[in-house]
Amino acid sequence: MKPAVFSYLRPTNLQQALNYLEEYGEDSKILSGGQSLIPTMNMRLSAPAYLIDISRIKELNYIRQDGDFLAVGALTKHKDIEHSDLVKEVCPLLAEAIKWVGHAQIRNRGTVGGSIAHGDPSAELPCVLTALRGEIVIANVDGSEEVLVPEEFFLTYMLTSLQPDQMVKEVRFPIISKQCRSAFVEVARRHGDFGLAMVAAVVDLNEDGSLSNVKIAVGGVNPTPTVLEEVEHYLVGKKLTDNVLEHVSTLTEESVDPETDLHGTAEYRRELAAKLTVRAIKIAVERAKEGEKHVQ
Amino acid sequence: MKKYVGQSIKRKEDYRLVTGTGQFVADIKLAGMLEAVFVRSPQSHARIRKIDISKAKELPGVHVILIGDDIKGKIKPITQFESHSAVPPNVAKEINPKIQFNYESVLAVDKVMYVGQPVAVVVADNRYIAEDAADLIKVDYEQLTPIVNPFEAMKEGSPLVQEQVEQNIQMEFHLNLGDARLAEQQADHILKTRVHTPRLSSNPIETRGVIADYDLRTEQTHVWSATQLPFEVRATIAHCLGWTEQNIRVTAPDVGGGFGPKGGVHPEEIVIPYISNLVGRPVKWVEDRLEHLTSARQSRDQIHDVVVAYRNDGTILSLRDEFVVDSGAVNFFGFTCAYNTAYHLRGAFKIPNFEVTSRIVLTNKTPNVPFRGAGRPEAVFTMDRVIDMIARKLKLDPVEVIKKNMIQAHEMPYDQGILVKDGARLIYDSGDYPAALNQALEMVEYDSFRKRQKELKKEGKNIGIGISTYVEGTGAGPFEGALLSVDSTGKVIAHLGASPQGQGHETVFAQIGADALGLTPDDIVIKVGDTAVLPFGAGTYASRSAVNAGSAMHEASLKLRKKIVAIAGIILGTPPEEVEMEDGKIFSKENRSHSITLQDVYKRARPAARPPLPPEIEPGLQVTHYFVPPTVTFASSVHIAEVEVDKETGFVELQNYSVVHDCGTVINPMIVDGQVQGGVAQGIGSALYEEIVYDQNGQLLTGTYMDYLLPTSMEIPTVKKGHQEFLSTRNPLGIKGVGEGGAISPPAAIANAIVDALSDLDIVINQLPVSPSRLRGLIKEAEKKQNSILSK
Amino acid sequence: MSNKVQVEITINGKIVQKEVEPRLLLTDFIRDECNHTGTHLGCEHGVCGACTILLDNEPVRGCLMFAVQADGSEIQTVESLKNADGTLNVLQQSFSDNHALQCGFCTPGFLMTLTHFLEDHQNPSEKEIREAISGNLCRCTGYANIIKAVQQAAKTLQNEEMNHSVISAQ
Repeated sequence: MKPAVFSYLRPTNLQQALNYLEEYGEDSKILSGGQSLIPTMNMRLSAPAYLIDISRIKELNYIRQDGDFLAVGALTKHKDIEHSDLVKEVCPLLAEAIKWVGHAQIRNRGTVGGSIAHGDPSAELPCVLTALRGEIVIANVDGSEEVLVPEEFFLTYMLTSLQPDQMVKEVRFPIISKQCRSAFVEVARRHGDFGLAMVAAVVDLNEDGSLSNVKIAVGGVNPTPTVLEEVEHYLVGKKLTDNVLEHVSTLTEESVDPETDLHGTAEYRRELAAKLTVRAIKIAVERAKEGEKHVQ
Repeated sequence: MKKYVGQSIKRKEDYRLVTGTGQFVADIKLAGMLEAVFVRSPQSHARIRKIDISKAKELPGVHVILIGDDIKGKIKPITQFESHSAVPPNVAKEINPKIQFNYESVLAVDKVMYVGQPVAVVVADNRYIAEDAADLIKVDYEQLTPIVNPFEAMKEGSPLVQEQVEQNIQMEFHLNLGDARLAEQQADHILKTRVHTPRLSSNPIETRGVIADYDLRTEQTHVWSATQLPFEVRATIAHCLGWTEQNIRVTAPDVGGGFGPKGGVHPEEIVIPYISNLVGRPVKWVEDRLEHLTSARQSRDQIHDVVVAYRNDGTILSLRDEFVVDSGAVNFFGFTCAYNTAYHLRGAFKIPNFEVTSRIVLTNKTPNVPFRGAGRPEAVFTMDRVIDMIARKLKLDPVEVIKKNMIQAHEMPYDQGILVKDGARLIYDSGDYPAALNQALEMVEYDSFRKRQKELKKEGKNIGIGISTYVEGTGAGPFEGALLSVDSTGKVIAHLGASPQGQGHETVFAQIGADALGLTPDDIVIKVGDTAVLPFGAGTYASRSAVNAGSAMHEASLKLRKKIVAIAGIILGTPPEEVEMEDGKIFSKENRSHSITLQDVYKRARPAARPPLPPEIEPGLQVTHYFVPPTVTFASSVHIAEVEVDKETGFVELQNYSVVHDCGTVINPMIVDGQVQGGVAQGIGSALYEEIVYDQNGQLLTGTYMDYLLPTSMEIPTVKKGHQEFLSTRNPLGIKGVGEGGAISPPAAIANAIVDALSDLDIVINQLPVSPSRLRGLIKEAEKKQNSILSK
Repeated sequence: MSNKVQVEITINGKIVQKEVEPRLLLTDFIRDECNHTGTHLGCEHGVCGACTILLDNEPVRGCLMFAVQADGSEIQTVESLKNADGTLNVLQQSFSDNHALQCGFCTPGFLMTLTHFLEDHQNPSEKEIREAISGNLCRCTGYANIIKAVQQAAKTLQNEEMNHSVISAQ
């Protein structure tokens, strides 16, 4: 399990990285944290001729509030999100989800941009980003930028719209209203494994206890993380009763199309997505009722 | 005198291992050493049409490439290991075995039989280059029909894994006691069921590895291997390569876990010495994890069809079991696992009528060998699921059915009426199984658990408790040796044939020697894992080292003591029987203040003309003892698992796990507890997480650690442990083995606990692992069945 | 194919300058180029944790990094842990005291993960310890004694610190 030969490039700024990408295109790969790429290289499932190590581009390592967004630079490490007070304050959903990413050793190296660009539908950050209707900022070699929403960016299993000469520059998580409450629920075979299914949910409560401002996405059960639009629409104005939750469950099952793999049948994962959606909504609503900001 | 035996002495091994200065095979570097990589078959069953190595050969840094054609007639194939698979004549008479010859060429010749089989080997300056070259080798395969399902494999006209093995049945035997069929006619109930244990991979965190260094001047080859059986490796190299055995020295350095499969001599252990000889340089091969998951020998994989006759009160009258062992492409260990299963099936129970038919079947999968428990976890999962199913059928608490059938303390030694694999009668030497059960039930507060269970049920929570028991033949022979000597510094050096993979041999055998010799464990240096120092040795497997090597150490120490005392008597001017040894001092009982040391005795024992030793005393302080046990000794245990099941998701939370066990005399309680905890962890793995999966084409689906799930610290609770100490009557110290035990019962205990948690549903768990997806499927099915009954 | 690059890595306090192939994994650099063989390879795909080292004082998987990526960094391996006089440090000693290792192959990875963990967890709960080591696989011990060892180490370190502060207060 040793990687094949490659040439190593280490740009020190974004433009230089993009220039390399333009020059080497499909023969090259971006190396940031390497936590997903290097295993595949060790197995020789991936053998790029050029590796562009962007980890030293300091300008892409930041977490800051930018208007209505929490802006996270592509090279921000998972552990930085985990330990950020700002994230806990303005995006508790992200703070809750980040702990589900691999193990501490992985979070110490893995980056936000890498996780997004990898396009794994079982990864936590894409699920959170999708639920929140976040944005992905993409840098082009000519200095221009494109801003995509998750539905445009995540195309299918492990495939994004990113072109060979483009790079993820920033990920923007919308800051939700202070009254909203959120929950991230995931089940995996073992602690730290990719989830069999995961759900990110945001809710707000009207004075009468009915729901407003519902945002829900599921991960791991479709080729891309998916907003449960019908569930969201359905829940607005509803109170959580057994009947309502049962219908949420049915709607969720209809919205996902998982595949059978070693860890679960399609039928199981579909059902699981529904169960977890119900659980996530219940937890979020519970938190909203308690009225306390949830920060774990 | 027991001063150190029974104490939790800290391990001598630890210092080097926690400072990073241990030496595992991968850590060894020799001048001029090359590295090898094996090209492995991506096909499960295929003819090799052509292998093109031309491009690979040209790659700078590549020294040699070998394929099957290159070794034809030069390297003999690996066949069954005679020392493990020979059937004693009296056993043969009883079970009438039919055995067909099977083998594996160390590099595939003409055809491949499993994914991962070595097809070629590349030797280069380093592993990186060797892998580059391996990528350039093109093998042209002609696919053959893969044989994956053992039942299909046995059908007349099925394609063959090995041409000479008819119907792919490599071995079968039949065992009969009493009259099961008659019992079935007389019984109140008959239970028929199929029980399946998954195929597993042992996964020590250190993978396998071999280094060979051929020396032209002496014609010696020094081989370092991460093996459990250095002597077997040496014998197999000698056999396959036609070399003089004494020209081969096999060293097992620090070995990072074994658990069984590191005891099966693998093709790489033959190929690497051959190549070192060929290129005249040291050659190293270290298995990577992907190779481990595909190519290292696997284990378990049995399917049992049982018919059980029982009475209304739960008394079992007969057990009939027809089981198939899916051995993969080759069976190297004869009837080891299969017969272990057969003779352990009835465990702690009295079942007078007993019939077993076993077939060991070849398929296009990685060959199987013994793995921690070696046939016993399969037997216990089958038997204890049967007990639990009977209890549920009769609406009795499983404890009642267990007690009804259990062998009582006053019946010991208990004769089970058949033979052990080694040909001795199957007689349990000592133990009190009902007492162990009661102790375990108290530990878990069984009655209050039942109350709690009822209350929680009302809240919609599903907790359950499951019991499993086993009786395990441990300390299998044939023998183990100890060679003891005293050196000029007065230290006792003990060479043992049994080499460890983490069991603490350097500590526990020093404890035994210290007691026998009146020394401290620090005065005794244990040397293990080297064929150069002892003519015979077996190895570490089958929970046997403490029993065999421990007894050898004890007896050899007594022999050495006798010699020391005789010579000390000469120095002290007292008869030997008046000499005492205590805390390193040697003195006469009469005059304790005047003492000498081992150094003094060493000097006096040297061959010399003046002053000479009396003619009846041979010069030197060196003794050897080989301990040969009469047969195995029987350890036993009761395991109780407590779980909570999330009905909605199928997730099982293991809340508590308790063990009461008897391993006879405990040499080092800390190490024994560690063995139990570690064994249970592996058992939990096989109950809930681990399974090697092949698809219908014989392609491996669990080839990485993303798919083959080893339990982490989040999944393994701290086991509550209780002890019994019924001494074995079959060795001088009363020791029974403990290494494998922990791994035997968890699948049964956990499956029973899950069934118990869901007792309002009719669920049968006879397949492992109990993954959330699988369990949720069973729950849904049972709910559907229940609803349709209710609606009727 | 030589496209070697120069790296400078401080390993256990010593600066090492080498020309390496970019594809050389950091673990192989540590083991083969620097002869520190205490860092072990167990899976080479980032799951088992046997290769865990401290990179700029944070535990990372050595098998999921190239040596070139560590250029300019500081690395600590298991070889750095023992006291200057050769005795075991508190964590190492508690591993031995509690039989927290059997074969010892995975142990260096655990020790490095825990070295970092104990720096910011003075009084860890069992759950925190379990979570901290969940990225390190051990196939021998079943983890129970590792948890005990960490509890002992945390206690000892706390006592040592208290003694220190008492002494400095005097």
